[in-house]
Amino acid sequence: MSSDSFAGHLKTLIIGDVQADRVVPPSGFTAQLTLFAAGAMAFLAVFALALSLASGRLADRWADELARAATLRINAPAEQRAAQTEAALKILRQTPGVASARAFTADEQAALLAPWFGAGVPLDALPVPQLIEVIEDDPGYDATGLRLRLQAEVPGAVLDDHTRWREPLVEAAHSLRLLAVVSILLIAGAMGAMITLAANAALAANAQVIEVLRLVGAQDGYIAQAFIRRFTLRALSGAAVGMAFGMLGVWLMPAASDEGGFLTGLGFQGFGWLLPLAIPLLGALVAYVATTRAAKKRLGDLT
Amino acid sequence: MLWGKTSGQKLGAAVIELDNLGYNYGGGELLSGVSVKLAPGSFHFLTGPSGAGKTTLLKLCYGALTPTSGRVRAFNMDVKGLDRDQMALLRRRVGVVHQDCRFLDHLPVIENIALPLTVSGRDLGQEEANLRELLNWVGLADRSDALPPELSGGERQRAALARSVILSPDVIIADEPTGNVDWEMSQRLLQLLVELNRMGKTILVATHDLSLIRAAKNQVQARVLRIWDRQLHLAGADL
Ligand SMILES: Nc1ncnc2c1ncn2[C@@H]1O[C@H](COP(=O)(O)OP(=O)(O)OP(=O)(O)O)[C@@H](O)[C@H]1O
Ligand SMILES: [Mg+2]
Repeated sequence: MSSDSFAGHLKTLIIGDVQADRVVPPSGFTAQLTLFAAGAMAFLAVFALALSLASGRLADRWADELARAATLRINAPAEQRAAQTEAALKILRQTPGVASARAFTADEQAALLAPWFGAGVPLDALPVPQLIEVIEDDPGYDATGLRLRLQAEVPGAVLDDHTRWREPLVEAAHSLRLLAVVSILLIAGAMGAMITLAANAALAANAQVIEVLRLVGAQDGYIAQAFIRRFTLRALSGAAVGMAFGMLGVWLMPAASDEGGFLTGLGFQGFGWLLPLAIPLLGALVAYVATTRAAKKRLGDLT
Repeated sequence: MLWGKTSGQKLGAAVIELDNLGYNYGGGELLSGVSVKLAPGSFHFLTGPSGAGKTTLLKLCYGALTPTSGRVRAFNMDVKGLDRDQMALLRRRVGVVHQDCRFLDHLPVIENIALPLTVSGRDLGQEEANLRELLNWVGLADRSDALPPELSGGERQRAALARSVILSPDVIIADEPTGNVDWEMSQRLLQLLVELNRMGKTILVATHDLSLIRAAKNQVQARVLRIWDRQLHLAGADL
C-alpha cells in the first residue's frame, strides 16, 4: 500500500463519510458488546502494564544495588578480631576492582542486629563476627582470587558477595515482567477474538443490507469500511474509558514506601504515565485488524 | 435531466449479448441454448409462465448469476472474467428494478433512491437538484422522507425505478415492475419506461402482463421474448 493511499484510508477511517455511515443500520447490541469488551480489556491492560513496569524497575534496582555491595565477615576469637580485620582491609584496598572497604563500627552492627535481638544487647558478650562492607568498582574484582588470598592470610574471613540470593530475586522480577507482558498480549488476543465475534454477528445481522448494497453496485471495500470504521471507533472509545478508569485505580494506590515494598511500587513514574495512552490505540488497531479479517472472509463468501 | 442522459459510448452491435447460454440451479436444466442480443436503444419484453426462468435470465444478464454453459457479454466484456470489484462497476452501468424492490428499510425513500450514488462515493450535496427532479418525475416528491415499509406497492415500484436510473445507466432491467399495482399505475410505470427508452436507453422488462405489452406496442417498437420449454423464442404478432 502506498503511503498516499494509506493516508487517504486513515482519513476516511477517522473522519468518515456521514452518508456511508448511514447505510448500515446502527446495531445496539454489538455496539455495546464492543464498547464493554474494549473498556474491560483496557482496564486490565493498564494493570498489566503497571505490573510490567514496576517489576522491571524492581529487577533493575535489585540487580544494581546488590551487585555493587558485598560483605566480608570475620569470624575470629575476640583477641584476633582486630588484627584480622586490619589484615582483611589491607588486602581489600590492594585488590583491583574494589572501590572501598570499610569495617562497620560496633554501633552500626548493633543497629543491624537490633531487629532480631532488641536494642541494648551487649554485643561484646556475644560472638558476633565483624562485618566489612565492600563496594565494588566497575568492572568488579575477581571474587575467586580474592577468596583464595583471604583464605591464606585471614583464616576467619568469609566473603559474601550476595550473588547467591540476589539472582533468584532478580530472576523472579524478570519473570514477573514477562508474565505481565504475556498478559498484555493475551488481553489483546482476547479482545481481538471478542471483536471478531461481534463483527461477525453484525455482518450476519446485516446480511440483507449487504446484499442490497451489492445489488446497487457497492464494492466490497466500501461495505467492509462501514463495519471496520464502526468497530475501530467503538474499540478506541471503549478502551479510552477503560484506560482512564485503570489509570485512576493505579493513581489511587498508595505511594511507594519501604514498608509496603513491592506492592506499593505498582504504578507509573514520570513519562511512564504516558504509556497507557498507547492502550486505546492498540485496542483500535486490534479491532481494525479483527473486523477487516471478518469482513473480508464474509464478503468473500457471498456471490 | 442528468439521470436521463446516456453515455453516448459506442457499444457495437449489442449492449447485452447471451450466447448459447444454459443454466440450472443444481437440478434439471432451467434454460438451455438461449441466444439473444439487446441492441442499444432497443425495448424488449420477456414473458413466460411463472417459474419459467424470467428472473433467472435477468440475473444472468446483470451478472448476479453465472451461466452453467454458454456466455454472457455486457458492454463487450465477458461477465465471467470480471472480478468482484469489476462486477460492482458493471452493476452501476445496468439499472435494475428487482421483483421485490429491495430497499434499505431504515433509510427514507430519498436516500434509498440515492443509494447507488452513495456507494459509488458521489457527493449527494451536488446531486440534490438531480435527485429532486427524479423524485418529481416518478411522482414521489411528497413521499421522499417516508420509510420504504410505509410505501404502497405502486410507490415502491416507482421508487425502485428511480433508484435504477439515478446513475444514468445505459441499460435498465426491470423484473415485473407492474407486479402488484393496478392497471392505471401500471400504465404510469410503462410511461416512465417508454420515456427512458426515448432518451436512448436500452430496456428489458420481464412481465407476464400481456395487456401491458399490448399497451406498450402502441407507443414503442418493442420486441417480445418468451421463455418456453427452456428456450427463448421471439413472440410473433399473436400477442
Ligand atoms: N436460488 C434458487 N435455487 C433453486 N431454485 C431456484 C432458485 N431461484 C429460482 N429457482 C427456481 O427456478 C425456477 C425459475 O425461477 P424464476 O424466479 O426465474 O421464475 P420466473 O419466471 O421469474 O417466475 P415468476 O413469474 O413467478 O417470477 C423456479 O422453478 C424456481 O423455483
Ligand atoms: Mg420472477
